[in-house]
Amino acid sequence: MLPLAFLPAADDSISGLISLAVKAMFVENILLAFFLGMCSYLAVSKRVDTAIGLGVAVVFVQTITLPVNWAIYNYLLRPDALSWAGLPGTDLRYLGLIFYISTIAAMVQIVEMAIDKYSPKLYASLGIFLPLIAVNCAILGGSLFMVERDYSLPQSVVFGVGSGLGWMLAIISMAAIRQKLRTAHIPDSLKGLGITFITTGLIAMAFMTFSGIQL
Amino acid sequence: MTTAVAPAPAKAPAAPLFGKAEKKAVLDPLWDNNPIALQVLGICSALAVTIKLDQTVLMCVGVIAVLCASNTIISMLRNMIPSKIRIIVMLVVISSLVTLVDILLKRFAFDVAKGLSVFVGLIVTNCIVMGRAEAFAMANKPWPSFLDGLGNALGYSWILLAVAFFRELFGSGTLFGVRVIPASVYADAGGFYFNNGLMVLAPGAFLLLGVIVWVQRGISGYTESH
Repeated sequence: MLPLAFLPAADDSISGLISLAVKAMFVENILLAFFLGMCSYLAVSKRVDTAIGLGVAVVFVQTITLPVNWAIYNYLLRPDALSWAGLPGTDLRYLGLIFYISTIAAMVQIVEMAIDKYSPKLYASLGIFLPLIAVNCAILGGSLFMVERDYSLPQSVVFGVGSGLGWMLAIISMAAIRQKLRTAHIPDSLKGLGITFITTGLIAMAFMTFSGIQL
Repeated sequence: MTTAVAPAPAKAPAAPLFGKAEKKAVLDPLWDNNPIALQVLGICSALAVTIKLDQTVLMCVGVIAVLCASNTIISMLRNMIPSKIRIIVMLVVISSLVTLVDILLKRFAFDVAKGLSVFVGLIVTNCIVMGRAEAFAMANKPWPSFLDGLGNALGYSWILLAVAFFRELFGSGTLFGVRVIPASVYADAGGFYFNNGLMVLAPGAFLLLGVIVWVQRGISGYTESH
């Protein structure tokens, strides 16, 4: 019943990957089913254009960090991962969190510099949101799920893109609704956070209808 | 995220260990400046662990330990951290502490900790930890920072426990795994009662938290501008 035990996709075939992408985007939407990335979702969903900017940045960073953390896990941390360097019998999994969060922080920094160099226009529009992504739970959560579910490299790339797009979809739809809500008559103490949670609950309910899809 | 962060209270050098300011640091976040309801911090990894009360209690213990320790340590280091790389330094401190907590929880409560899945690890990116480190510990001495961490962690915990209480009661009819709603009233046994399946799913958590925030703000009188 609970979405916590995400079933690993059976294989790396194209159909398996497509079904994983759909699942990550809709059925097990990282924000609406796992509550990840709530803070920036609540803070940045007041306007559609900023929501789109942050959404794009999250997709971007998620797509890059997941394969990198996949490589770190499989070639450095997992039991016996260091046999390629002549060090069999190691198990560095307890260092996982520190490695993943450093990778994420470094990747965010690199992405920021690259965008600044090659597309100053996009950089100006993303601006303050890029550094914020380093502490977005959706990114770290993606890496932790990838490890827990033992994804292969193609699977982790697809999962990265899919979960990023799912997050973007959720924040953009929320921003659109919140712009309309501004003119609605809402009880004073329900304004802002309260009504946002209740609306999110309704969106999450709508997304649950996707769980009937069989691929 | 930045709606109502408390201004750091100024503290005289030779203040008593439990003076007025200290009491305020612990009690304020419980109600008047609640991290979830008013500061809008730490919602990320919180809602997913509120299906069963025992998981929630363990999660709260983890957050209390990490938040107190990280606030204290970062406050001790505050004069040594260059402001440009402070985010990374904080992340390293916090993720080391979370790793410790994760190992300890797995040692002493393996089954429940396993059920928490990735969410213990996600305390690292819990905005409440980062937020208090940035807003309070970087500008205050270790002891007030510890109390601030304790207060905020407790403020976070009671909201989480309230959500978990209703979700477990209405979703499974149990509290801490002990049956509260008698089995004989269920429709299977010829009664009239059904568990509310929505409560154990994501939308139930959102709706419930929305209502709790509404009640809290209705009583404390806080309103947002738009």
